[in-house]
Amino acid sequence: MTTNSNIENVSNPDFPNGQQESWKRFFSFSIDHKVIGIQYIVTTFIFFLIAGMMSMIVRAELITPVSDLVDRSLYNGLYTLHGTVMIFLWIIPSQIGLANYLIPLMIGAKDMAFPKLNAIAFWIIPVAGILLMSSFLLPSGAAQAGWWSYPPVSVQNPSGNFINGEFVWLLSVFLLGISSIMGGVNFVSTIVRMRAPGMTYFKMPIFVWTVLSAQLLQLFCLPALTGAAIMLLFDLSFGTNFFNPASGGDPILYQHLFWFYSHPAVYVMVLPAFGVFSEIIPAFTRNPLFGYKSVAIASFGISIFSVVVWVHHMFASGTPSWMRILFMFSTMLVAVPTGIKVFAWTATVWKSKLHLDTPMLFVLGGIIMFMLGGISGIMLGSIAFDLHANNTYFVVGHFHYIVFNTITMGIFAAIYFWFPKMTGRMYHEGWGKVHFGLTFIGANLTFFPMMFPLGLQGMVRRISSYDPQYAAGNIIASLGAFLLGMATLPFIANMIVSWLNGKPAPDNPWHATGLEWTTTSPPPLENFEEIPTVTLAPYSYGLPQYFAVDSSHEDAIRKHGN
Amino acid sequence: MNNILEKIAIFIGVVATIVVSYWLGQQSYSWMPVAATKEAQHVDDLFSFLVALGAFIFFGVVGTIGYSIITCRAAPDDYTEGHPSRGNNTLEFLWTATPTILVLWIAWQNFHIYKMLDIEGLNTILDFNASAENNSAATLVAQTTEKPIEEIEVIAKQWEWTFRYPQENITTSELHLPVNKPVKLFFESEDVIHGFFVPEFRFKQDIFPDRIIDFTFTPILEGKYKLHDSQFSGTYFAVMEADVYVDTPEAYRQWLRSPNSQAAKPNLAATEHAHKPRQLINSHWRTVEPYTPLVASETKD
Repeated sequence: MTTNSNIENVSNPDFPNGQQESWKRFFSFSIDHKVIGIQYIVTTFIFFLIAGMMSMIVRAELITPVSDLVDRSLYNGLYTLHGTVMIFLWIIPSQIGLANYLIPLMIGAKDMAFPKLNAIAFWIIPVAGILLMSSFLLPSGAAQAGWWSYPPVSVQNPSGNFINGEFVWLLSVFLLGISSIMGGVNFVSTIVRMRAPGMTYFKMPIFVWTVLSAQLLQLFCLPALTGAAIMLLFDLSFGTNFFNPASGGDPILYQHLFWFYSHPAVYVMVLPAFGVFSEIIPAFTRNPLFGYKSVAIASFGISIFSVVVWVHHMFASGTPSWMRILFMFSTMLVAVPTGIKVFAWTATVWKSKLHLDTPMLFVLGGIIMFMLGGISGIMLGSIAFDLHANNTYFVVGHFHYIVFNTITMGIFAAIYFWFPKMTGRMYHEGWGKVHFGLTFIGANLTFFPMMFPLGLQGMVRRISSYDPQYAAGNIIASLGAFLLGMATLPFIANMIVSWLNGKPAPDNPWHATGLEWTTTSPPPLENFEEIPTVTLAPYSYGLPQYFAVDSSHEDAIRKHGN
Repeated sequence: MNNILEKIAIFIGVVATIVVSYWLGQQSYSWMPVAATKEAQHVDDLFSFLVALGAFIFFGVVGTIGYSIITCRAAPDDYTEGHPSRGNNTLEFLWTATPTILVLWIAWQNFHIYKMLDIEGLNTILDFNASAENNSAATLVAQTTEKPIEEIEVIAKQWEWTFRYPQENITTSELHLPVNKPVKLFFESEDVIHGFFVPEFRFKQDIFPDRIIDFTFTPILEGKYKLHDSQFSGTYFAVMEADVYVDTPEAYRQWLRSPNSQAAKPNLAATEHAHKPRQLINSHWRTVEPYTPLVASETKD
């Protein structure tokens, strides 16, 4: 069977003398989508660890009812940056990195539509991230108004300094928005225009569908947030009054502009993870994805519905009653396409031939925890309940069940699944399972008490001290959080040691369908020796080339097609 | 034989799921704080229904996956296909139509409960002509049949609550409400956005500067509760609290007349700002100064 290609033989303009591709290319302005993808994943993982450290300090403060670890301003700065870094420097860009690596391979293209734009979009990430982190060193401190930064509190600027934490925060968000919009242009163009011959829309893998749906959202909705950030910057620094009620402005306008993007943003975050689930489940159940067509259309459906639900973040705000009711109805409907996906995955797992390797464990754990996140979401969409639970720890528990217990589990699953393809080496399966076990336990210990009892009993969110009646739930959550911090260590060790020293990986270690598995591990510079022609339906696990483990891969493809 | 055993197992699973879900729905009342308003009881009923339904879906999906994990493991080198089915139109239609009907029904239930809350001052989408006048244009919301008797102003500022009883012309730092009578609270902020939240009352409302929002509800349980600011309002947000008392009508009238009702209590934020607690790491970042009340003359209107 083939092993990783002999890289030295592939002519590579980055290394005209034919020397082996070195690790240095990952620190360069490479326009190869595979390099950029890995650059995104590693860079955003570092930001994940940084924001994770911030949350460790937050949980260390909250393990006791009184404010005794950090002063209140620092606490507010910490949770503000924790949220901002996790959303804009981990969840969204890490999945852009995954998509960057995988989309051209999955659709049978040589690279993205705009390789240089791709590289520029990546390099904005570390610049904007370092800028944001540096705000901790300002004399006035980092931004302290939460990741949503509502005026008037966000523009109060008690220090009076022109360069303050909020200013830096707004600049950083603006830059990250530019990066994301570039990505949106690139992904949509690539998927619409560069699919291999024979790959119609309904032959695309679901991951491609979900990335397309997510990137369309980025294109249409991000400008609202970028505009809001600019207007807020002007209110903060140049004396305008867009959101100042004393001078005829309205702070609720900001809320609308902010949430018009930030609600679709959560679907930008979750759709690629749903796509990852849809790729991994068929490979480890040896079944075609049940209801492929409806799952594909549901991805689009989620995208479209998500644009008209944003006011559910403002049910307790200064919104008119008729608007609250209207948006409650629209919010409820977004549950339907999500449900279609969950039921499809469940039906694929039913009566299957299960292989519980690490990627599959993360996917199944993610789906189980997603049930809690999704159901608590429907509860929050119920306005009568939301008026009680809004702005309490119930919301914090709900969204962490989505962003960590579902999406981050999906990102880990994807990293383990495509690690052999990206690095040409196998990771260590035993340590992968350890990572899963610790993460699954830690994730539930940390975030379940937030929903019950803390949130239901009325513990408000964003507070640095609390009433002693909430102590028990907070202790459990903090201990769970420390466990989660520890759980990351076997993962980091596994990745580093396996990349340097792991067993060489075959082209298709999982015997999975998908064009990326027909090329070498890692792929050559232009991905395929020859652009394939697609004839098969996706997830054709019944075909011999996917279960005939010992026959030559090229023979099987020659006989049965792509 | 296996087929029959499996069908029995599935049947038992479905029945168990229904029973456990219903039981959890009943338990859910105890997960909430005590219900102290008439409206709270309806919210708790809705929550119970959502818990039961959610539990059914949760155990249904997780149970199916769990059953498969137990019974469907393949040998490590067996990569043959599980089954060739790519879908089932009837099933897919059912699991699209049923959730749609369910969620629309949930939304409809919510609409009915929301009408009982009778919130006014929320009619404009964006308020560019904000004034201190109460905007009492017609609303979608049903009026309560009883005329609200008590009208109380709630004024929020960084980081202190003040309550003003216009009829008696007194200003206090704790909120007293008479039991079993509808009460109308008028919310206004003097600086940033705040939020009114008492968990036992089961609602909250954000409070805005230059805009009055009023909210009518009926407390039904005597006791002492804690009002907490619910919309992040800056450095000392965590300690912006006030005591709320639901009194018998006699105790309420007595309190209104007593001089104690007007005693100015220093707010927690000002106290903490003056005497910082011991904290391990101090950033010394500048903060907005908490409002510090002057002497007793401040409280007279």
